[in-house]
Amino acid sequence: MIVNKLEIPRIDESLYQFQLENGLNVYLYPKPEMEKTFAMFVTKYGSIDQKFIPLDEQEWTSVPDGIAHFLEHKMFEKEDGDVFQQFSERGASANAFTSFTQTAYLFSSTSEEKGNVETLLNFVQDPYFTEETVEREKGIIEQEIRMYDDEADWRLFFGLIGALYKEHPVRIDIAGTVDSIHSITHHDLYKCYETFYHPSNMQLFVIGNFDLEEMKQLVESNQNSKSFIEPGEIKRDFGKEDNEVFKKEEVIEMPVTTAKCMVGVKEKIDQLNPEQLLKNELVRDLVLDLYFSKSGTYYEKLYQEGLMIDSLRLELIMEDSFGFTAIGASTTKPEQFAKEVKQMLLSLKNETINEKAFQRAKKKKYGELIREFNDLEETASNFVSYFQQGVDYRDAFSVLENVTIEDINEALNEWISEERISTCMVVPEKE
Amino acid sequence: MEAIHDRYTDLETYHLHTIETKKFKTATIALKFTRPLAREQVTERALLPFILQKGTEKYPSERELRLQLDELYGAKFTINSTKKGENHIITFLLDIANDKFIKDEDQLMQKGLDFLHEVANNPKLIDGVFDQDIVSKEKETLENKIKSIRDEKMQYANMRLIDEMCKEEPFGIHAHGYLDDLEKVTPKTLFESYQKMLHEDRLDVFVVGDIDATHVENNVKQLFTFDREPKVDIVRSEKSVQVTPNHVTEAQKIQQGKLHLGYRTNVTYQDEEYPALQVFNGIFGGFPHSKLFMNVREKHSLAYYAASRFESNKGLLFVFSGIAPEKYEQAKSIIIEQQEEMKKGKITKDELVQTQKAIIHQLKETIDQPRGMVEWYFQQVIGNKSWTSQEMMEAINKVTLEDVIKVANKVQLDTVYFLTAEEGGNDSE
Repeated sequence: MIVNKLEIPRIDESLYQFQLENGLNVYLYPKPEMEKTFAMFVTKYGSIDQKFIPLDEQEWTSVPDGIAHFLEHKMFEKEDGDVFQQFSERGASANAFTSFTQTAYLFSSTSEEKGNVETLLNFVQDPYFTEETVEREKGIIEQEIRMYDDEADWRLFFGLIGALYKEHPVRIDIAGTVDSIHSITHHDLYKCYETFYHPSNMQLFVIGNFDLEEMKQLVESNQNSKSFIEPGEIKRDFGKEDNEVFKKEEVIEMPVTTAKCMVGVKEKIDQLNPEQLLKNELVRDLVLDLYFSKSGTYYEKLYQEGLMIDSLRLELIMEDSFGFTAIGASTTKPEQFAKEVKQMLLSLKNETINEKAFQRAKKKKYGELIREFNDLEETASNFVSYFQQGVDYRDAFSVLENVTIEDINEALNEWISEERISTCMVVPEKE
Repeated sequence: MEAIHDRYTDLETYHLHTIETKKFKTATIALKFTRPLAREQVTERALLPFILQKGTEKYPSERELRLQLDELYGAKFTINSTKKGENHIITFLLDIANDKFIKDEDQLMQKGLDFLHEVANNPKLIDGVFDQDIVSKEKETLENKIKSIRDEKMQYANMRLIDEMCKEEPFGIHAHGYLDDLEKVTPKTLFESYQKMLHEDRLDVFVVGDIDATHVENNVKQLFTFDREPKVDIVRSEKSVQVTPNHVTEAQKIQQGKLHLGYRTNVTYQDEEYPALQVFNGIFGGFPHSKLFMNVREKHSLAYYAASRFESNKGLLFVFSGIAPEKYEQAKSIIIEQQEEMKKGKITKDELVQTQKAIIHQLKETIDQPRGMVEWYFQQVIGNKSWTSQEMMEAINKVTLEDVIKVANKVQLDTVYFLTAEEGGNDSE
């Protein structure tokens, strides 16, 4: 087995990477100056993976909405009790999350990190689902869904995605609906588990205060002691999605005091090519910074016109099969906000960026990139997410150093156009 | 793990804390202005952070101020106001990249200090007071913020619980201010509040990072020469005794009910029993292995979350849970029962040991973050007790079952607040 030393010269640090025989990719990033060790064990499997060919089968299968998230909840329960307990006994805190494209299991600990990594590997690789335990979980997840139903920001965000996308399963709530989760069975869970939790579809990232050699041996011998079927390619179907948005506008009435509005730009599928991903993301980020951050000209204009309360919410998401940019705010004038922001987005093409402003925006990004390495969780999650998309996150430094104004102008031509913009509003209910 | 070198210097009119550590790629500088919570001042003090970020003499608009931060390699800057115990605190926080990772740059720390000094000391003024236009816009911002608390159900329920619980105490004062008082704010009155903050508040300055403490100290001393005459200091709360629990129910159009309970712990940061209180809270509801999570969520599937959190300076403890509206009685009695059992000593050795480890882990995690480091030291200022993290960990480890039972018997239920769904508000499809 070859262990690759990956240097990050700009911050004077290194991490180590290797792939095990069963296909698992492992990253070890020792940081002896920290108290803590953080680890995440991640599968490239999220809420969008709803239609697929199960491993060792030939036919397409569809599963209920919210199943990846349901599965995440159920991984913690075993025949002999709750896995949280095992982490707690060592003073560690464990958690998990499900996103559109990932399910991640994580812990942070400040002692006995080897035992915790062992537990992490073992519990995620040992499913235990029964009819009874699946039924019991439904009440808990139903409360989780209802909690999100009351949150205006959550509804706004998913309302916008639902307007941007017609077929792609990104439009479905990550947790599913109260109805869809009630139809989930333990058979469904096993089917998804067998397909998506194969080590060749997973990554382990450990960062913090631990001994490199000992950790490497532990992971290796733990994985070698288990047997897995031969890895195969997982076939996923996200439906056929047009470049145009599904709906130009979505309005959600809710018992809120202040309205909210969000404007989104849907990506053309050819902008999501992994080779260009870091660069495409960076230029969008720089444009958002130059115009819509607190130092941006459009931000100032929206503030002067009284169209937003407090500040803007900016989102930028680019994945293999979908991507979008969104700009939102709480506002007393949601229609005007929508109109104005849409107009601004469309006029970006005609703006010229001067060299000084561009260099300053680059400086800002550079400082932010360095700051991200303060945070173990963020560092781990960046490396893993980009790896899943075939990108080495360390390249973020060189991509930033090499980006030019021409790159931005080029991107603007491809990025924003009228038929790929939707708006979503959350407004107070009519009396 | 590394040794942390901290140094405290009393500079007559303010207090400087420098903390040298190699953990971070950035340096964090915080200015904390503290004065006792008072209804007459709180609204203007809540508004000040918004105004002060809108411009200075040198950077006369928000945009220019932010452009300077971009120039400083995307330094992160916020001003906010909060309460800690019965004190109101305005915090200026700057996080700036360490220039050893940046080519051709070696003055970033100094520039960061200059920036902070400019924002705190030279706000943009027109005719000797704040800009009328900015003040009216930001009054609107704060007004909207106050009104929209109602839309954040967890935050709203928490605020309402404290309203009911601390009606007669300064702790009940809203740190974000009041709509009635906001109307009366003028550029002049606001400027007077600002001057009081600058000249009369207690001020603590924190610098955390891979720094040279002596060097930083000299720079700070040279730069921060405010004309100050501090007139107020930290207040420490009286403990108040509660008689019979008060029950409050309120209805809104919501899907999920919020059941929040407030307790008096009768233990604060300086007290001998403080470590035992931490352990009590940990066993009761602080972690996923705690009694609340295990019983309300895991055993009875009543909630997605059920947890407790304690307040160190006033001596309060809060329980939060999100439940189906019709499960009110059941959830409430399960929550109350968990404390009753602890009073009677129904705590296992495992629960105790796990909780001690979890608290120590949390503490170490806190000091692995720059802001956590600032807050750890500032809590010692507010709590009037200084100890190293090592001493705190030892104290946690020494807590016995008997100590926890003793604290369990001191903790008293004060108020049960329930935010429920209006009739017909929760039709299950």
